[in-house]
Amino acid sequence: MSKYIVSSSPHISSKSTTQKLMLDVIIALSPATIASVLLYGFYPLFLMVLSVGTAVFCEWAFNLALKKQNSTRDLSAIVTGMIFALCLPPVVPFYVAIVGAAFAIIIVKMLFGGIGRNFANPAATARIFVMLCWAGVMTKFVAPIDLSNGANLFSYFTHAVNINLPDAITTATPLAVIKGAGGNPVEGLSALDMFLGRIGGSAGEVSALAVLIGGLYLTIRRVIDVRIPVIYIGATVVFTAIFYANTGYVGEYVWSGLLSGGLLFGAFFMATDYATSPKSTVAVVIYGVLLGFITVIIRKFGSYPEGVSFAILLMNIVTPLLEKIRPRVFGQPKKDFVLIIKNKRAEREAKKALKSAEGGAND
Amino acid sequence: MKTSKSKILTNGIITSNPVFRLVLGTCPTLAVTTSAFNGLGMGLAATLVLVCSNALVSLLRKVIPDKVRIPCFVLIIATFVTLVEMLLKRFVPALYSALGIYLPLIVVNCIILARAEAFASTNRVGDSILDGLGMGLGFTLSLMTMGFIRELVGSGTIFVGSLGEAEFGLVLGSLPDYAMSVFVMPAGGFLVFGLLMALINWLTDKADKKRKEKLVAEAERIEEMKHYLDEMAENEPEVKVENLDGQEVEA
Repeated sequence: MSKYIVSSSPHISSKSTTQKLMLDVIIALSPATIASVLLYGFYPLFLMVLSVGTAVFCEWAFNLALKKQNSTRDLSAIVTGMIFALCLPPVVPFYVAIVGAAFAIIIVKMLFGGIGRNFANPAATARIFVMLCWAGVMTKFVAPIDLSNGANLFSYFTHAVNINLPDAITTATPLAVIKGAGGNPVEGLSALDMFLGRIGGSAGEVSALAVLIGGLYLTIRRVIDVRIPVIYIGATVVFTAIFYANTGYVGEYVWSGLLSGGLLFGAFFMATDYATSPKSTVAVVIYGVLLGFITVIIRKFGSYPEGVSFAILLMNIVTPLLEKIRPRVFGQPKKDFVLIIKNKRAEREAKKALKSAEGGAND
Repeated sequence: MKTSKSKILTNGIITSNPVFRLVLGTCPTLAVTTSAFNGLGMGLAATLVLVCSNALVSLLRKVIPDKVRIPCFVLIIATFVTLVEMLLKRFVPALYSALGIYLPLIVVNCIILARAEAFASTNRVGDSILDGLGMGLGFTLSLMTMGFIRELVGSGTIFVGSLGEAEFGLVLGSLPDYAMSVFVMPAGGFLVFGLLMALINWLTDKADKKRKEKLVAEAERIEEMKHYLDEMAENEPEVKVENLDGQEVEA
């Protein structure tokens, strides 16, 4: 009896596990988390704790209820909870974080078969879900806490259950301003403020710097396919330039569209989800370009100021189709369309000749 | 095998529920179930049309030529739909405007056409009416369930509606302020539809499994009994019964 079992190739072994990859993503998300605390105090962190807690609990409870193996140890629920909390506005009622995280895990992830089988990015879909549920609270953004004004990092806790935030603390996001009025889109905004995140926006998305640090870390660790965010962001820039060409402020539109809203965050952390992004080069290019196109279309013509999460959801659904584009199998002849058409024509003519010969025989 | 009257009636409500088991008529199901009252109204309107059209199609089943049966069915259905539309417009204008385009669209509702084609055109009048009633009630029940859930979660109310002058329904305190409005939007309709269908499939599977297990257990019991009887027969000493004449007879 042989002690050794011969398995079929490939025989590559790797130390990389889901758990390790997810730990890398958690590390990459921490700059954005820290930025949200520095800008808005501890309230966004409180939302994140609620969101992560709900996500992990839901996955554990779902597995328990259906008598399946507990899968919370792969940390993916924590990542989903963190990403979802970071793309929420900094001050929303606490139940938004709980309901959204539960929706992401139960409906989008577990009901479709758990990790790797989700049809769309759970966090992006949950964001759209809570956006459609409570459009009022999801479109109200607060200004960063001004510590010189007697406020402290706990100031926003007083609004934990407020459905209607007082106007005094709300601010418009640059994208909403762009949507509302023509003219110069960055009137009164400095590029540095936008880069550091001293503007209105979602908790983890405002600081372009923090998101880029996280994205860079993921790229260096080779956790994400860097082609996707690069093509996505590039396509958004190109399409913004095309669609806003006649406004006279093309440059301003391009860089404000790049630094505000959820573009960078979505491109690095949501569009690169393994289960819902394509693999082959052609498919990746189509995926990225269409992501950029849909984002710009929604920003310019849609009724919402931001289109990143919608674009990601739509392209996630298209991904199975894009996966049909496959590289040529090694050793298979190249597809020569001229030859194929010639062969088809020859075949057709041969059939015709055969038919007429038979017809002649019958006469 | 002839099916019993009660089976024809309950068939449409549970085993082949038109919405969740046959997946027919999903367009009105998704569109009008933003509240339980709308669901009830739509369901009852469709039931009325279904019963009447089933009856008439069944009556005329020997007269209608096979080749033009579909246009004939549509004509019959359209007649009743027009009647229902006029009645609703006169007596429940609020519901009439809430149902909108979906009311005249009952004409092409697949449930009604399917029952005319699959049941009424080959069965007797009484059975056809029962089938129409069962299917209609199943449709109404599904629509009301969906409407109830969507209204409760999406607008925070229970069965709000108005009939003529009278207004009824329950507004749950300040819940409408917190309501998840996605559930009264089309996306929420699909969500509730999918979840309910998954739930019903799961329950059906479970029931099927139980029934199968029961059958298997029954078969095993019968097998065991057979075995036991065989053993008994083998071990039994041969009994010879003689009649008065001294001849052997079978026991």
